[in-house]
Amino acid sequence: MEQNWQLARKRKTIEHRARILHQIRAFFVEQGFIEVETPARIPVNAPELHIDAIPSDGWYLQTSPELCMKRLLAAGYDNIFQICHCWRAAERGPNHLPEYTMLEWYRRDCDYQQLMSDCEELISSLVEHETLTWQGQEIDMTRPWPRLTVQQAFLQHSSTSLSQITDANFFSELISNEIEPALPPNKPLFLIDYPTLQGSLARRKTEDPGFVERVELYIAGLELANGFSELTDAAEQRQRFVKEEIQRQESGKPPCPLPEKYIDELETLTNATGIALGIDRLVMLLCNQPTIDEVVCFTPEQL
Amino acid sequence: MYSCSDLKKGLKIMIDGEPHVIAQYDFTKPGKGQALYKCKLRNMITGSLFDRTYRSGESFEPAHLEEREMQYLYQDDSGYVFMDKKSYEQITLTEETLETEKYFLVDNMDVEILMHGDRGIGISLPNFVNLRVIQTDPWVKGDTAAGNNKPATVETGYTLAVPSFVEEGTLIQIDTRSREYATRVKE
Repeated sequence: MEQNWQLARKRKTIEHRARILHQIRAFFVEQGFIEVETPARIPVNAPELHIDAIPSDGWYLQTSPELCMKRLLAAGYDNIFQICHCWRAAERGPNHLPEYTMLEWYRRDCDYQQLMSDCEELISSLVEHETLTWQGQEIDMTRPWPRLTVQQAFLQHSSTSLSQITDANFFSELISNEIEPALPPNKPLFLIDYPTLQGSLARRKTEDPGFVERVELYIAGLELANGFSELTDAAEQRQRFVKEEIQRQESGKPPCPLPEKYIDELETLTNATGIALGIDRLVMLLCNQPTIDEVVCFTPEQL
Repeated sequence: MYSCSDLKKGLKIMIDGEPHVIAQYDFTKPGKGQALYKCKLRNMITGSLFDRTYRSGESFEPAHLEEREMQYLYQDDSGYVFMDKKSYEQITLTEETLETEKYFLVDNMDVEILMHGDRGIGISLPNFVNLRVIQTDPWVKGDTAAGNNKPATVETGYTLAVPSFVEEGTLIQIDTRSREYATRVKE
C-alpha cells in the first residue's frame, strides 16, 4: 500500500502548528503565567443552552476548562493558562470540529480591557509582518485593533434595534446573518459589551447593567476568541445557571446538575478576567489554510 | 429520519413531497449562540436552486429514490448517455443534472441512476474511480519529501492536488466523496 498522502501532505502545516504552540507557551511563561493542566473529563460543565457536552461514563468531556481554571484562580493562582482539548457534540463544519484545541488564560485584578491587549500582543508576536494574508484577504495587523460595541454594531449593520431583542436565539441569528458578514475583513476587530441575556459567566457593566463585559475577537470573519470580565457574584451566577438549565430542559435536553463546587468557591474570587481562544482557527489564519480540516492531523472522518 | 447533524453536501432529502439534494453546506455557530445549518438545495425534479437555513432539532425525511443499475456509454450534444443493464434502454442526463459528477465518469462504468418516473434525475457514483493523469508538472529530481503536492488534470478535465511523484500517464484512484487523490493504481 502507498503511504497515506492525505496525512503526509499536511506536514508543513503540522510543523508550523507545532512552532505556534511553542511560541504561545513561551509568550505566557515569559509574562509570569503558570501553565496548568486540569482534567478533561469532569462531573459537569457550565450549563449552556447551545453547547452540548459529550457524556463519558457518567461524567462529561469538558466543553471548556473554565470551571476548573476559575477554581484555581479563586484559590489564589493569579495568572494561569492552559492549552487543552475540548469537546462539543455535533459541531462540525469548515471552522468546527467536535474535538478541538483551546487556549484559555486568566488573570486576577484586571478586566477584559487587559484581555484585548493580551490578544493584540500574543497574535502580533506570532505574525511575521504587519500584513497577514488569509485566503486572498489582506489583513492589516497594526495595533491597536478597533473595538466595536454590540450596540454600535447593531446600529450600523442591522435593521433590528438591539433594544427590541429579548430572545437569545434571535440575537444569535442576527449576529450570524447580519453582523458577522458586515464586519470589516481587513482588520482584526473586538466586538464588545454584549446584552446581559448573552452574558453567561460575564460581569455586568457598572455604568450600564443591561450589558456585560464580554469580548469576541474576529479576524477576517473568523471568530477566534471569547472572553469576559468574570462574574464573581455567586448568587447571580447561580441564578443565571438555573435560568440556562431551565431553557435547556425546555428545549428537550436532558437535565444536568449545577457545578456546585464552582459556585461555592466563586465567593472567594474578586476582580478576575479570562478568555478562550480557538487554536485550530488561529493556525488556519497563520498558515493560510481554508478549513479546520487542514490544520489537524486527523479529522473524525479520517479515523 | 435525518437530524441536522446528518446534513452534508450530497445528502438527499424530501421537502414538500419532492426530492432535493444539498448542493452546498455550511455550519455556523456564533459565540454562545445556536447552530445554523446553511444549505443550498437543488430540487432534483425541477433543478431549481435555493437557500435554506435549518436549526438544531429539525428533522428531515430521507429521499428514497428508485435506483437503476446502468452503464455509462458516451457523451454527446444532448448530454451523458447511460444504458439500463437489464432492459438495454438508454437515457440521457444533462450536464446541469450531473454537475461536477461528470468529472468522475469513465466509459463503460457501472453507476446507479436515480429515477423520477422514467426520467434520470441524479447519479450515485462508486466511492472510488480510476482516472489517468493527462497533464502535470514533471517530477523534479531530488523532490523526495513525501508530503509535497502539485496540481494535476485527469482525462475528464478535473484538476486536483496530487503527490509530486505522480506523472503524466499515471493512473490514479480518486475518492469521489472527498474528490481527493487516494492512491496510484498498479497496472
